Amino acid sequence: MLNPFLAQQGGAIETPQIDYAAILPILIVLGAACVGVLLEAFLPKHQRWPVQVGLTLLTIVAAGVALGAYVGDAPEQGITTLSGTVAVDAPALFLWGTLLALALGAVLLIADRSVEPGGAFVAQAGISPGTVQDRAQVSSTGMQTEVFPLTLFALGGMMTFTAANDLLTMFIALEVLSLPLYLMCGLARRRRLISQEAAVKYFLLGAFASAFFLYGIAMLYGYAGSVRLADIAAATAGTDRSDTLLFAGFGLLMVGLLFKGSVGPFHTWTPDVYQGAPTPITAFMAACTKVAAFGALLRVLFVAFESTSWEWRGVLWAVAIISMAVGAILGLTQTDVKRMIAYSSIAHAGFLLVGTMAITDEGLSGTLFYLLAYGFTTLAAFGVISLVRDASGEATHLSAWAGLSKRSPLLAAVFTFLLLALAGIPLTSGFVGKFVVFSAALSDGMAPLVVIALVFSAVAAFFYLRVVVLMYFSEPAPEGPTVSVPGAFTTAAITLGVVVTLLLGVLPAFALDWAGAGGFALSS
Amino acid sequence: MSWLLALILLPLAGALAVAGLRSNDRLATLTALGVSIANLALVVPLWIAYDPGGERIQQTWSMDWIPAFGVHVSFGTDGIALLMIAVIALLVPIVIGALSSTDRLPEGRTAGGFLSLILLQEALTIAVFAATDVFLFYVLFEIMLIPMYFLIGYYGGARRQYAAVKFFLYSFLGGLIMLASAIGAYSIASDELGEGTFDWATLVAVVSDAPTTTQIWLFLGFFLAFAIKAPLVPFHTWLPDAAGQAPIAVTVLLVGVLDKVGTFGFLRYSLPMFPEASQELAPLVLVLAVVGVIYGSILAAGQQDMKRFVAYVSIAHFGFIALGIFAFTTQAMVGSATYMLNHSIATGMLILVVGIVATRGGSTRISDYGGMARVTPILGAMLLIAGLSTLSLPGTNSFISEFLVLLGSFGTRPVYTIIATVGMVLAAMYVLWLYQRIMTGPVRGDALVGAGGGPGTAVAPEVGAKKAIRDLSTKEIAVLAPLVVLVLGLGFYPKPVLDTVTPSVEATLSAVQER
Repeated sequence: MLNPFLAQQGGAIETPQIDYAAILPILIVLGAACVGVLLEAFLPKHQRWPVQVGLTLLTIVAAGVALGAYVGDAPEQGITTLSGTVAVDAPALFLWGTLLALALGAVLLIADRSVEPGGAFVAQAGISPGTVQDRAQVSSTGMQTEVFPLTLFALGGMMTFTAANDLLTMFIALEVLSLPLYLMCGLARRRRLISQEAAVKYFLLGAFASAFFLYGIAMLYGYAGSVRLADIAAATAGTDRSDTLLFAGFGLLMVGLLFKGSVGPFHTWTPDVYQGAPTPITAFMAACTKVAAFGALLRVLFVAFESTSWEWRGVLWAVAIISMAVGAILGLTQTDVKRMIAYSSIAHAGFLLVGTMAITDEGLSGTLFYLLAYGFTTLAAFGVISLVRDASGEATHLSAWAGLSKRSPLLAAVFTFLLLALAGIPLTSGFVGKFVVFSAALSDGMAPLVVIALVFSAVAAFFYLRVVVLMYFSEPAPEGPTVSVPGAFTTAAITLGVVVTLLLGVLPAFALDWAGAGGFALSS
Repeated sequence: MSWLLALILLPLAGALAVAGLRSNDRLATLTALGVSIANLALVVPLWIAYDPGGERIQQTWSMDWIPAFGVHVSFGTDGIALLMIAVIALLVPIVIGALSSTDRLPEGRTAGGFLSLILLQEALTIAVFAATDVFLFYVLFEIMLIPMYFLIGYYGGARRQYAAVKFFLYSFLGGLIMLASAIGAYSIASDELGEGTFDWATLVAVVSDAPTTTQIWLFLGFFLAFAIKAPLVPFHTWLPDAAGQAPIAVTVLLVGVLDKVGTFGFLRYSLPMFPEASQELAPLVLVLAVVGVIYGSILAAGQQDMKRFVAYVSIAHFGFIALGIFAFTTQAMVGSATYMLNHSIATGMLILVVGIVATRGGSTRISDYGGMARVTPILGAMLLIAGLSTLSLPGTNSFISEFLVLLGSFGTRPVYTIIATVGMVLAAMYVLWLYQRIMTGPVRGDALVGAGGGPGTAVAPEVGAKKAIRDLSTKEIAVLAPLVVLVLGLGFYPKPVLDTVTPSVEATLSAVQER
């Protein structure tokens, strides 16, 4: 990245060409995030919530409109802008659309104040857990409205992450998306100790992962003399440079990316953080971070490391198998529904990796479709989880879910549908996602891996079924939880997730066409 | 609109209507009965329209579903599918009519919800037999599990949760492995043709030319799914649990029709798509089939529970059917195809009668009964008819099928056939022994004689007072009558059934033997 500047010593430094129309969605999101921070500083406390919610929803819709306007006449091959550091191509546009739509659902969950009076977030983050003030804040109706700009910052980071065409931009985007998430994890209104523990754990492990990522960048720079993905690809094509640097760099880079995607064996943060974080934030993380991480992973593998795929594929095979095994087998032993979905996300990360490894058009479009499908299903699932409550907040212990179909047949039916989608039963988006990913992997010569993945799909189906069994076939506990009547926001978010899950399951053709619209922009 | 589509959509609409009428059990039952009888009536024009000498697949109907993968929603029927569609359309009104005599649903469960799921199951099962797109077949194969899962898990006996989950996971795993094979077949087709398709006829044409090793791998994927479904030993362990815990009405459909998807799959998918693999692996299947015949028969004889008894009897019969299919002669395969129908009728009736006995006596343990024919002679006669048909007595419907299987198989597979014949002898033993224990001798057993002690206590008949156990009512006789007519009618005049399946069987067989 330094080369162009060094070459121009003495002359006037040219300002890079910026295609504002292409990156407008990111600019809108990040700009509105800054406005949100200013609003926090200048608005009186009671006005902040409505203004922030309005601003955030408006921003996402505006970014979506800007994206839609650009997609209409975007060049088919995609473009790179900002001196080639950001690539706006078909996968990036698809991922942006996915991220914006998922973020819309997540913001609806975050904004809900009817399920938990005042919302799922702490009134004042500075209060120590367990004190008198803490008990008072539980029943107050205020909340830290900084959550909204933080969400927008994270969203902007995610969008940049999926479009980053060089590793440094990718690293900065990684930090922009991660730091707000670390913070938001610790802002739960109830059970604040495990919420804060989750935040610290996520932060510490995330910091390690970032360090790995950065070290990987350094190694790859040493190898290729550039951090651009295209330059790394060019360097790997038949040179006598040190393979040690290449593969050490690749490995370290992967650790960072796989950590964000909660792929086993880099998954250890996932269950604790999913459990401890406020449920709307868990939904946001589970849906959007996964999309962003796999979006970036796809770009790195397809653009920079395509020609070396034979060297690294064996390692990623092992990673995918570990991830599916850990997710499916440890998921069986969970007694907390949020942790269970966390392990399910680890298993799904393994399935996604199977598709990611198929460096073909089918692999790309299949993985993109899977991300879209998984995001909406898991978003709606966490929306449902936030509704089942007892006196101390959310009743996430599985025993509390026994006989739920008697108390609330609709909620049980919706959750069953979502679990079936996660299990990959036909006529849900989960099945179509698995189908496209596995068929891509099969036609790229990974038949044994596909069979292993199918076996783990069946194992994972067992723990989804266990919840269905509990809800339908068991007798309700005498002092079981109540099911809150969701407000408009949560209802909208769950409906969105369920409708998309069904739609993509029954009529997936249009989304498959979008996902298969084109490949990565390769020119730098 | 084809008759076939109407046969699928009518019960689907009926399921929705009945679900809406859940609050009124009587109205829901009448609606469900009406819908299922109307559906049975729809089979008549379908059967008449089917021309045995005509196209391989008739009454076709198709629309695009996922163009990117060449997936269509397409239906059509051949002679074998027609028989299976007819038999489920026949059994559903019968189980609905008999519901009040065969089952007491667990507390708090309404008949409306139950019948709605039954109709949904009927629609999906007809669709699975009618599907002519491999992807659609897979989708329906898996979707079909969901209503059955709830029928067992929500309405079944004491260990219903365990049984439902076990049933689901076995079938789901088999289905997933089949999916891998289906995708494999798809990618062969897309390599050969330039664009992928899941159309059955196209896939058969393309995949049957694939190298033998490829065929063997793909065959094994489909085989696992079908062997779990059928079920063949050693993939059978879910069936006794599922059949033992499910309500009788559900067991009839599960054992009578749903399991036939497995043997139907052998005929429709495994043999035509993978002819060389079928030839190569036939000995493996035959071993499993014969082991199933003997193992199922021996375990049936040893069962204490009537419902599990029926499950093991079926495992033995599925062995016979698989034997006939993989013997690769027209006689044997026609025998197997008609056996699929006759087993549905015979076993369906046996399960219904057993269900009536068990509901009257309040127990499914065989040892709780004795001398029941003295109290309920008509019920005893019904059990005898169902039992004789199950053991394939000449003059009953099953005889001709079993005879054809053994006759046809002997030419090509004499050793397996001789071993399987032992199964016939064992069948006579376990069926008559069951009848003897339940129906003959002095009236005895906890279920029939008011018990003084708990289970296992020896009670002298004269101690307890005789419980009031009624014989079959007119309504119950009317419900069972069509089955009796079919058992005897097809026993003496099987020609219409044989004529219907023979062309389809010959087409299947020529696909294998041309290799």
